[in-house]
Amino acid sequence: MTEFIFFINQVVIAGAVLGCIYALGAVGITLVFGILRFAHFAHSELMTSGAFFAFLLALLFAHWGIVTPIPTGFVVLPIAMVLSAIFALGIDKGFYAPLRQRGVRPVTLLIASIGVTLMVQGLIRLFFGAGSWSFFETETKDVFRIDTTFLGSTRPLVITEPQLLMIVVTLISVLALHFFLTRSRLGKAMRAMADNADLAQVSGINTALVVRVTWIVAGALACMAGTMLALDVTLKPDLAFNIIIPIFAAAIVGGLGQAYGAIAGGLLIGFAESLAVFNWTMVLRPLNAVLPEWLQLPATLALVPTEYKLTVAFVILVVVLLVRPTGIFKGASS
Amino acid sequence: MIRRSLTLFAGLFVLILVIGWLMGMPFTSSRLVEAAAYSLIALGLNIQWGYGGLFNFGIMGFLMLGGFAVTFISYPVNPQFWGSDGPMLLGRALLAFAAGALLVYGARKSDRLGIRGGWKSFVTVLAWFVAYVIYRSQIDPAAAYIEANAGFVGGLGAHPVLGWLFGGVLAAVIAFIVGKIALGLRTDYLAIATIGISEIIRALIKNMDWLTRGTLTVSPIPWPTPLPQAYQATGSDQFASLLLARGGFLLLALVVLAIAMWLISRAYSGPWGRMMRAIRDNHIAAASMGKNVTARQLEIFVFGSVLMGIGGAMLVSFTQIFDPSSYQPINHTFLIWVMIIVGGAGNNWGAVFGAVLIWLVWVVSEPLAKVIFENVSYWSTNVGWGAIPEIESRSAQMRVFVLGLVITIALRFAPKGLIPEAVRRDA
Repeated sequence: MTEFIFFINQVVIAGAVLGCIYALGAVGITLVFGILRFAHFAHSELMTSGAFFAFLLALLFAHWGIVTPIPTGFVVLPIAMVLSAIFALGIDKGFYAPLRQRGVRPVTLLIASIGVTLMVQGLIRLFFGAGSWSFFETETKDVFRIDTTFLGSTRPLVITEPQLLMIVVTLISVLALHFFLTRSRLGKAMRAMADNADLAQVSGINTALVVRVTWIVAGALACMAGTMLALDVTLKPDLAFNIIIPIFAAAIVGGLGQAYGAIAGGLLIGFAESLAVFNWTMVLRPLNAVLPEWLQLPATLALVPTEYKLTVAFVILVVVLLVRPTGIFKGASS
Repeated sequence: MIRRSLTLFAGLFVLILVIGWLMGMPFTSSRLVEAAAYSLIALGLNIQWGYGGLFNFGIMGFLMLGGFAVTFISYPVNPQFWGSDGPMLLGRALLAFAAGALLVYGARKSDRLGIRGGWKSFVTVLAWFVAYVIYRSQIDPAAAYIEANAGFVGGLGAHPVLGWLFGGVLAAVIAFIVGKIALGLRTDYLAIATIGISEIIRALIKNMDWLTRGTLTVSPIPWPTPLPQAYQATGSDQFASLLLARGGFLLLALVVLAIAMWLISRAYSGPWGRMMRAIRDNHIAAASMGKNVTARQLEIFVFGSVLMGIGGAMLVSFTQIFDPSSYQPINHTFLIWVMIIVGGAGNNWGAVFGAVLIWLVWVVSEPLAKVIFENVSYWSTNVGWGAIPEIESRSAQMRVFVLGLVITIALRFAPKGLIPEAVRRDA
């Protein structure tokens, strides 16, 4: 049983945490792609800047002496999400909207989004330096160790408070997004525009409003993903820049333009990464007693060495692009 | 058009003189050598994007391949490795690799044996897995043995120019494989796929310690031209020998650049270039005229990557150190893209102009930011707000911001670049 608990700790929890972050990031990318038809690279910077908004707010709360029962990062999250949504709207207004009005190709918008990535990252580094920051300077990170001796395990089930909250918050926001997309007028308009922008416009949908709502949703979700990632690990200027390609992989695997596909893709990539580097010897060790001498398990039996963890996402991406270029949920092809 | 280009190049020359006057000759001379190498890389991207309309965001991977190639060819031979069991173990790993490749090839052809549909996919996946296990079972002990006994494989001790050529060949081989895989994809998908592949290449080169020494870095890598020390030995003083040595390297780099430029211009003004422009502007029309679009795009992808491989090899030879962890997407992929966008996609002179200009902007923005910060800090201290902390590290980060600003301004006000593509209507 110990082995099973170890497996849950190493694969199920780690994979779910990673998958939640990938999924939230990928939803934003996929929505922007569905509405505006370009791969929005600067999404990583929306995530990082969102995390820094939350960090500043948390510092402010600590300065005012407000003590909260759950980590302050989660308490300030709604305010940070609003700030991020405004920031995303501002970026669109300042950089993408003028280019769109000129009627440039999506490729130019992609290059513009790289310019935005560099500028925002430069600004973040200018103000916060290149070092890393933590939300848990003044408060402690609670770790829950669930005793599993009744199952016959010698190891406890370990999950930290931010991880647990992260999974809960992701579930809530995914449900909210689902109801928004299927029940509300604006959500339906968004889906209509993602399907066929011209048809949506002639049937009287306010496309400018849909574009604005897309940026608001994408910015808010990006802020959520970035803050929760920063709460789980540490906050640094290249926090999300390093994982933007796995997030794109999640969006493509799910089918670009498909919100549900992005969630599935995010979880798939998250679990695949933690499964690929999992050391199977830890689980299969009891077999050593049965196996003959020449077939003993080696000390490490992982599918790929740990240093190639991020590569797993790229390999999945390349394979999916080859075998099923539109993703598992049949996304849009540009 | 020509007058505009001449004015811009004259302005660039003045800029180089100003930088040389402000920052000193040793600084400027090495930046110029690097600018020559970046010009070659930018030409490579210009072929792919400007001529072929291919979206390559994996430049970093090709630069790393070039850097590895020149390290492998020109670094002195490591007798410890060749005297050990290492070569034999590596030979076995190579055999395992061949066996695995054969297995996968067989599985892909398994429909000849009557295995079809879902069963064929299953057999293919199984073959990939078995091949991977066979290869890993041989390469892991070999890698561990070499790392423990010999450090790493070492080099071949050949002339660095051979290393540059090998860099081009290696980049071509990888580009062929990448192109076969990814070129069927359009625009955004191709961009993301190439980024993914370049990250895979980076992870491999960074972690294959037995081959590349990974993060431990390899140095010193020999120069193709005499080093400053050689001039010093003949009696020149330190300053003169530094300039003479770098001048020699710059001359060699310029010769390579000139050859590449001449070949490209000849090809591009001929029927091949017209066909490429036709494919770029409307690949459906070109295909209906009987042009083999996929093959031509693969061709152009490989040609561009060769120049990137050679340029990457030159950079590593010049800095004399191969450090896989120094490669970053911002410095080695996005920077080149900014060069092309600012210079003018589809125009070779534009690509060279953009490469030199942006490289100078990139290296100068750090000291410039430092001067500005110091002045602001002086002013704010006088006003009573206190000094700016950590000016050194902050100004180093300003390069990224300046790069983003330049690309945004260029897209807004000069979307075709400073020296745009010349469209000839007479011919």
